[in-house]
Amino acid sequence: MPKRIETVVLHDSATPKIGSIEKGGSILLASKDQLLNLAREYALWPLTFGLACCAIEMMSTVASRFDISRFGSEAFRATPRQADVMIVAGRVSKKMAPVVRQIYDQMPEPKWVISMGACASSGGVYNNYAIVQGVDQIVPVDVYVPGCPPSPDALLYGILKLREKIKSRRFNEVIELTPRELDQVTV
Amino acid sequence: MITEIVGDVIRPILGGLSLTARRLRRDKATVMYPEEKRELPPRTRWRHVLARYENGLEKCIGCSLCAGACPARCIYVEAAENTDEERYSPGERYAKRYEINMIRCIFCGFCQEACPTGAIVLRKDFELANYHRDDFIYTKEMLLEPLAIAGEQ
Repeated sequence: MPKRIETVVLHDSATPKIGSIEKGGSILLASKDQLLNLAREYALWPLTFGLACCAIEMMSTVASRFDISRFGSEAFRATPRQADVMIVAGRVSKKMAPVVRQIYDQMPEPKWVISMGACASSGGVYNNYAIVQGVDQIVPVDVYVPGCPPSPDALLYGILKLREKIKSRRFNEVIELTPRELDQVTV
Repeated sequence: MITEIVGDVIRPILGGLSLTARRLRRDKATVMYPEEKRELPPRTRWRHVLARYENGLEKCIGCSLCAGACPARCIYVEAAENTDEERYSPGERYAKRYEINMIRCIFCGFCQEACPTGAIVLRKDFELANYHRDDFIYTKEMLLEPLAIAGEQ
Protein backbone atom coordinates (compact mmCIF):
# COMPACT_ATOMS: atom_id res chain seq x y z
CA MET A 1 0.00 0.00 0.00
CA PRO A 2 1.46 3.37 -0.90
CA LYS A 3 2.22 5.80 1.85
CA ARG A 4 -0.39 8.55 2.14
CA ILE A 5 0.10 11.99 3.61
CA GLU A 6 -2.82 14.37 3.34
CA THR A 7 -3.09 17.90 4.56
CA VAL A 8 -6.51 19.41 5.12
CA VAL A 9 -6.71 23.15 5.65
CA LEU A 10 -9.42 24.31 8.00
CA HIS A 11 -10.50 27.77 9.22
CA ASP A 12 -8.25 29.70 6.91
CA SER A 13 -9.94 32.37 4.86
CA ALA A 14 -6.99 32.88 2.57
CA THR A 15 -7.02 29.27 1.35
CA PRO A 16 -10.56 27.99 1.71
CA LYS A 17 -10.06 24.94 -0.47
CA ILE A 18 -9.89 21.59 1.21
CA GLY A 19 -6.86 19.64 0.14
CA SER A 20 -4.58 22.60 -0.34
CA ILE A 21 -1.11 22.09 1.01
CA GLU A 22 -0.57 25.69 2.06
CA LYS A 23 0.63 26.20 5.58
CA GLY A 24 -1.56 27.69 8.29
CA GLY A 25 -4.34 26.16 10.39
CA SER A 26 -3.71 22.73 8.96
CA ILE A 27 -4.18 19.23 10.22
CA LEU A 28 -1.69 16.61 9.14
CA LEU A 29 -2.94 13.11 8.61
CA ALA A 30 0.07 10.87 8.78
CA SER A 31 0.41 7.26 7.86
CA LYS A 32 0.54 4.57 10.48
CA ASP A 33 4.27 4.10 9.95
CA GLN A 34 5.03 7.69 10.67
CA LEU A 35 2.90 7.86 13.79
CA LEU A 36 4.51 4.76 15.24
CA ASN A 37 7.98 5.94 14.31
CA LEU A 38 7.32 9.34 15.85
CA ALA A 39 6.30 7.72 19.10
CA ARG A 40 9.34 5.51 19.07
CA GLU A 41 12.01 7.99 18.11
CA TYR A 42 11.00 10.69 20.57
CA ALA A 43 11.04 8.48 23.65
CA LEU A 44 14.08 6.27 23.42
CA TRP A 45 14.62 5.09 26.95
CA PRO A 46 18.12 3.76 27.41
CA LEU A 47 19.14 1.02 29.75
CA THR A 48 21.31 1.92 32.74
CA PHE A 49 24.16 -0.20 31.63
CA GLY A 50 27.76 0.93 31.78
CA LEU A 51 30.69 -1.41 31.47
CA ALA A 52 33.73 0.86 31.62
CA CYS A 53 35.01 4.38 31.14
CA CYS A 54 32.59 5.12 28.27
CA ALA A 55 29.85 4.98 30.88
CA ILE A 56 31.27 8.14 32.46
CA GLU A 57 30.76 9.98 29.18
CA MET A 58 27.29 8.44 28.93
CA MET A 59 26.49 9.86 32.38
CA SER A 60 27.70 13.32 31.44
CA THR A 61 25.48 13.14 28.35
CA VAL A 62 22.54 13.05 30.75
CA ALA A 63 23.81 16.06 32.70
CA SER A 64 22.68 19.59 31.97
CA ARG A 65 25.54 20.58 29.63
CA PHE A 66 24.52 18.13 26.93
CA ASP A 67 21.09 17.22 28.23
CA ILE A 68 19.98 14.06 26.50
CA SER A 69 16.42 14.79 27.70
CA ARG A 70 16.08 17.19 24.77
CA PHE A 71 15.73 14.01 22.72
CA GLY A 72 13.43 12.22 25.16
CA SER A 73 16.10 9.83 26.37
CA GLU A 74 16.70 11.04 29.90
CA ALA A 75 14.80 8.16 31.51
CA PHE A 76 17.57 5.64 32.06
CA ARG A 77 15.81 2.48 33.12
CA ALA A 78 17.34 0.12 35.63
CA THR A 79 15.44 -2.83 34.24
CA PRO A 80 15.66 -4.10 30.65
CA ARG A 81 11.89 -4.67 30.63
CA GLN A 82 11.29 -0.92 30.38
CA ALA A 83 14.16 0.05 28.11
CA ASP A 84 14.15 0.67 24.36
CA VAL A 85 17.81 1.13 23.57
CA MET A 86 20.87 -0.50 25.04
CA ILE A 87 23.97 1.68 24.97
CA VAL A 88 26.85 -0.75 25.30
CA ALA A 89 29.35 1.61 26.91
CA GLY A 90 32.71 0.00 27.42
CA ARG A 91 34.68 -3.14 26.69
CA VAL A 92 32.74 -6.38 26.93
CA SER A 93 34.78 -9.12 28.54
CA LYS A 94 34.10 -12.71 27.56
CA LYS A 95 32.78 -13.28 31.06
CA MET A 96 30.31 -10.42 30.64
CA ALA A 97 29.15 -11.51 27.17
CA PRO A 98 26.39 -13.92 28.30
CA VAL A 99 25.06 -11.26 30.66
CA VAL A 100 24.90 -8.69 27.86
CA ARG A 101 23.02 -11.17 25.70
CA GLN A 102 20.59 -12.02 28.46
CA ILE A 103 19.85 -8.36 29.15
CA TYR A 104 19.29 -7.82 25.43
CA ASP A 105 16.89 -10.76 25.32
CA GLN A 106 14.96 -9.39 28.26
CA MET A 107 14.29 -6.08 26.53
CA PRO A 108 10.87 -5.85 24.87
CA GLU A 109 10.56 -5.31 21.13
CA PRO A 110 11.19 -2.95 19.41
CA LYS A 111 14.71 -2.59 20.70
CA TRP A 112 17.91 -1.03 19.48
CA VAL A 113 21.56 -1.24 20.38
CA ILE A 114 24.16 1.53 20.25
CA SER A 115 27.71 0.32 20.44
CA MET A 116 29.54 3.15 22.13
CA GLY A 117 33.29 3.48 21.86
CA ALA A 118 36.11 1.60 20.20
CA CYS A 119 36.16 -1.27 22.71
CA ALA A 120 32.48 -2.12 22.46
CA SER A 121 32.49 -1.77 18.68
CA SER A 122 35.65 -3.69 17.86
CA GLY A 123 37.74 -4.44 20.94
CA GLY A 124 39.84 -1.30 20.49
CA VAL A 125 43.33 -1.63 21.91
CA TYR A 126 42.33 -4.74 23.83
CA ASN A 127 43.04 -7.26 21.13
CA ASN A 128 43.47 -10.12 23.56
CA TYR A 129 41.86 -13.29 24.86
CA ALA A 130 39.68 -11.61 27.47
CA ILE A 131 37.73 -9.06 25.46
CA VAL A 132 34.98 -9.70 22.92
CA GLN A 133 36.18 -8.21 19.63
CA GLY A 134 33.04 -6.26 18.89
CA VAL A 135 29.73 -6.51 20.68
CA ASP A 136 28.07 -7.27 17.33
CA GLN A 137 29.24 -10.83 17.84
CA ILE A 138 26.68 -11.10 20.62
CA VAL A 139 23.85 -8.69 19.84
CA PRO A 140 22.79 -6.93 16.61
CA VAL A 141 24.12 -3.39 16.67
CA ASP A 142 22.25 -0.51 15.03
CA VAL A 143 24.69 2.36 15.42
CA TYR A 144 28.41 2.29 16.06
CA VAL A 145 29.93 5.34 17.73
CA PRO A 146 33.73 5.45 17.41
CA GLY A 147 35.91 7.23 19.94
CA CYS A 148 37.83 6.42 23.07
CA PRO A 149 35.62 7.42 24.73
CA PRO A 150 33.22 9.26 22.43
CA SER A 151 32.54 12.73 23.76
CA PRO A 152 28.92 13.41 24.77
CA ASP A 153 28.38 15.26 21.49
CA ALA A 154 29.55 12.22 19.56
CA LEU A 155 27.16 10.01 21.48
CA LEU A 156 24.35 12.48 20.84
CA TYR A 157 25.19 12.28 17.16
CA GLY A 158 24.90 8.50 17.40
CA ILE A 159 21.49 8.83 19.01
CA LEU A 160 20.42 11.21 16.24
CA LYS A 161 21.60 8.65 13.67
CA LEU A 162 19.53 6.01 15.46
CA ARG A 163 16.51 8.29 15.34
CA GLU A 164 16.98 8.69 11.60
CA LYS A 165 17.08 4.94 11.28
CA ILE A 166 13.89 4.53 13.30
CA LYS A 167 12.21 7.25 11.27
CA SER A 168 13.00 5.54 7.98
CA ARG A 169 11.49 2.22 9.02
CA ARG A 170 8.52 1.04 6.99
CA PHE A 171 6.36 -1.76 8.29
CA ASN A 172 4.85 -3.14 5.11
CA GLU A 173 8.12 -3.14 3.27
CA VAL A 174 9.90 -6.29 2.22
CA ILE A 175 13.33 -6.12 3.79
CA GLU A 176 16.17 -7.24 1.59
CA LEU A 177 19.00 -8.82 3.49
CA THR A 178 22.59 -8.95 2.38
CA PRO A 179 24.14 -12.43 2.48
CA ARG A 180 26.04 -11.43 5.60
CA GLU A 181 22.89 -10.37 7.41
CA LEU A 182 21.13 -13.51 6.24
CA ASP A 183 23.85 -15.56 7.89
CA GLN A 184 23.22 -13.80 11.14
CA VAL A 185 19.51 -14.54 10.92
CA THR A 186 19.88 -18.25 10.30
CA VAL A 187 22.53 -18.63 13.01
CA MET B 1 -2.20 28.05 63.68
CA ILE B 2 -1.84 30.45 60.75
CA THR B 3 1.58 31.60 61.92
CA GLU B 4 2.62 27.96 62.09
CA ILE B 5 1.50 27.36 58.51
CA VAL B 6 3.30 30.49 57.33
CA GLY B 7 6.45 29.61 59.23
CA ASP B 8 6.61 25.90 58.48
CA VAL B 9 5.11 25.65 54.98
CA ILE B 10 4.94 28.89 53.04
CA ARG B 11 8.25 30.42 54.08
CA PRO B 12 10.40 27.40 53.10
CA ILE B 13 8.57 27.13 49.78
CA LEU B 14 9.17 30.80 49.04
CA GLY B 15 12.77 30.42 50.14
CA GLY B 16 13.28 27.56 47.72
CA LEU B 17 11.52 29.33 44.87
CA SER B 18 13.62 32.44 45.38
CA LEU B 19 16.69 30.31 44.80
CA THR B 20 15.06 29.01 41.61
CA ALA B 21 14.31 32.55 40.53
CA ARG B 22 17.90 33.63 41.12
CA ARG B 23 19.17 30.71 39.05
CA LEU B 24 16.84 31.60 36.19
CA ARG B 25 18.82 34.76 35.54
CA ARG B 26 22.05 32.84 34.92
CA ASP B 27 23.24 31.70 31.52
CA LYS B 28 22.01 28.36 30.33
CA ALA B 29 24.48 25.54 30.67
CA THR B 30 23.03 23.42 27.87
CA VAL B 31 24.70 23.37 24.47
CA MET B 32 21.91 22.90 21.93
CA TYR B 33 24.00 20.34 20.12
CA PRO B 34 22.59 19.58 16.66
CA GLU B 35 21.81 23.25 16.03
CA GLU B 36 24.91 24.75 17.61
CA LYS B 37 28.18 23.07 18.46
CA ARG B 38 30.31 23.88 21.43
CA GLU B 39 33.79 25.18 20.80
CA LEU B 40 36.11 22.23 21.23
CA PRO B 41 39.45 22.63 23.00
CA PRO B 42 42.36 23.49 20.67
CA ARG B 43 44.04 20.11 21.09
CA THR B 44 40.92 18.03 20.43
CA ARG B 45 41.74 14.85 18.54
CA TRP B 46 39.08 13.42 16.28
CA ARG B 47 38.89 12.48 12.64
CA HIS B 48 42.19 12.01 10.81
CA VAL B 49 43.10 13.99 7.74
CA LEU B 50 45.98 13.33 5.35
CA ALA B 51 47.40 16.77 4.71
CA ARG B 52 48.84 18.20 1.49
CA TYR B 53 51.51 20.74 0.75
CA GLU B 54 50.47 24.07 -0.68
CA ASN B 55 51.35 22.91 -4.19
CA GLY B 56 48.91 20.00 -3.87
CA LEU B 57 51.43 17.20 -3.30
CA GLU B 58 50.67 14.77 -0.50
CA LYS B 59 52.75 15.06 2.64
CA CYS B 60 52.60 11.32 3.31
CA ILE B 61 55.72 9.44 2.20
CA GLY B 62 54.48 5.97 3.09
CA CYS B 63 57.02 5.30 5.84
CA SER B 64 54.53 3.39 8.07
CA LEU B 65 55.81 5.03 11.24
CA CYS B 66 52.21 5.88 12.13
CA ALA B 67 51.25 2.23 11.79
CA GLY B 68 54.14 1.29 14.03
CA ALA B 69 53.22 3.82 16.68
CA CYS B 70 49.54 2.91 16.70
CA PRO B 71 48.67 1.08 19.92
CA ALA B 72 45.46 -0.30 18.45
CA ARG B 73 47.14 -1.44 15.20
CA CYS B 74 44.41 0.20 13.17
CA ILE B 75 46.51 1.82 10.41
CA TYR B 76 47.54 0.04 7.25
CA VAL B 77 50.01 1.66 4.87
CA GLU B 78 51.17 0.29 1.56
CA ALA B 79 53.93 2.33 -0.05
CA ALA B 80 54.91 2.62 -3.70
CA GLU B 81 57.64 4.43 -5.62
CA ASN B 82 57.06 7.84 -7.06
CA THR B 83 57.99 8.31 -10.70
CA ASP B 84 58.37 11.51 -12.62
CA GLU B 85 55.25 10.73 -14.64
CA GLU B 86 53.19 9.88 -11.59
CA ARG B 87 54.22 11.98 -8.67
CA TYR B 88 52.14 12.09 -5.51
CA SER B 89 54.62 13.24 -2.86
CA PRO B 90 57.93 15.10 -2.95
CA GLY B 91 60.04 12.18 -1.69
CA GLU B 92 60.88 8.85 -3.23
CA ARG B 93 57.82 7.03 -2.05
CA TYR B 94 54.17 7.72 -1.42
CA ALA B 95 51.33 5.85 0.26
CA LYS B 96 49.57 3.77 -2.37
CA ARG B 97 47.03 2.54 0.14
CA TYR B 98 46.35 4.22 3.43
CA GLU B 99 43.57 2.78 5.54
CA ILE B 100 42.45 3.51 9.07
CA ASN B 101 40.00 1.33 10.91
CA MET B 102 38.09 4.13 12.58
CA ILE B 103 36.15 1.82 14.82
CA ARG B 104 39.34 0.42 16.39
CA CYS B 105 41.15 3.75 16.54
CA ILE B 106 41.31 5.28 20.01
CA PHE B 107 42.23 8.80 18.80
CA CYS B 108 45.38 8.92 20.93
CA GLY B 109 47.28 11.02 18.39
CA PHE B 110 50.41 8.85 18.45
CA CYS B 111 50.31 8.65 14.64
CA GLN B 112 50.38 12.42 14.48
CA GLU B 113 53.37 12.51 16.82
CA ALA B 114 55.23 9.81 14.93
CA CYS B 115 54.73 11.32 11.49
CA PRO B 116 57.99 12.88 10.23
CA THR B 117 56.30 15.08 7.64
CA GLY B 118 53.16 16.08 9.55
CA ALA B 119 51.05 14.27 7.00
CA ILE B 120 48.46 12.80 9.32
CA VAL B 121 46.66 15.22 11.57
CA LEU B 122 43.69 14.72 13.83
CA ARG B 123 41.07 17.37 13.28
CA LYS B 124 37.93 18.24 15.19
CA ASP B 125 35.21 16.50 13.18
CA PHE B 126 33.62 14.15 15.71
CA GLU B 127 30.48 13.14 13.83
CA LEU B 128 31.64 9.68 12.86
CA ALA B 129 28.83 7.40 14.01
CA ASN B 130 27.44 5.11 11.35
CA TYR B 131 25.29 2.03 10.82
CA HIS B 132 27.59 -0.59 9.37
CA ARG B 133 30.95 -1.89 10.46
CA ASP B 134 32.28 -1.89 6.92
CA ASP B 135 31.77 1.87 6.62
CA PHE B 136 34.45 2.53 9.19
CA ILE B 137 37.42 1.51 7.06
CA TYR B 138 38.51 4.95 5.94
CA THR B 139 40.50 4.77 2.75
CA LYS B 140 43.10 7.18 1.46
CA GLU B 141 40.55 8.93 -0.72
CA MET B 142 38.34 9.63 2.29
CA LEU B 143 41.22 10.80 4.46
CA LEU B 144 43.04 13.03 1.97
CA GLU B 145 42.47 16.72 2.23
CA PRO B 146 40.59 17.98 -0.80
CA LEU B 147 42.66 20.00 -3.20
CA ALA B 148 42.40 23.72 -2.56
CA ILE B 149 42.13 24.54 -6.26
CA ALA B 150 40.50 22.01 -8.54
CA GLY B 151 42.71 20.72 -11.32
CA GLU B 152 45.92 21.30 -9.42
CA GLN B 153 48.67 18.65 -9.19
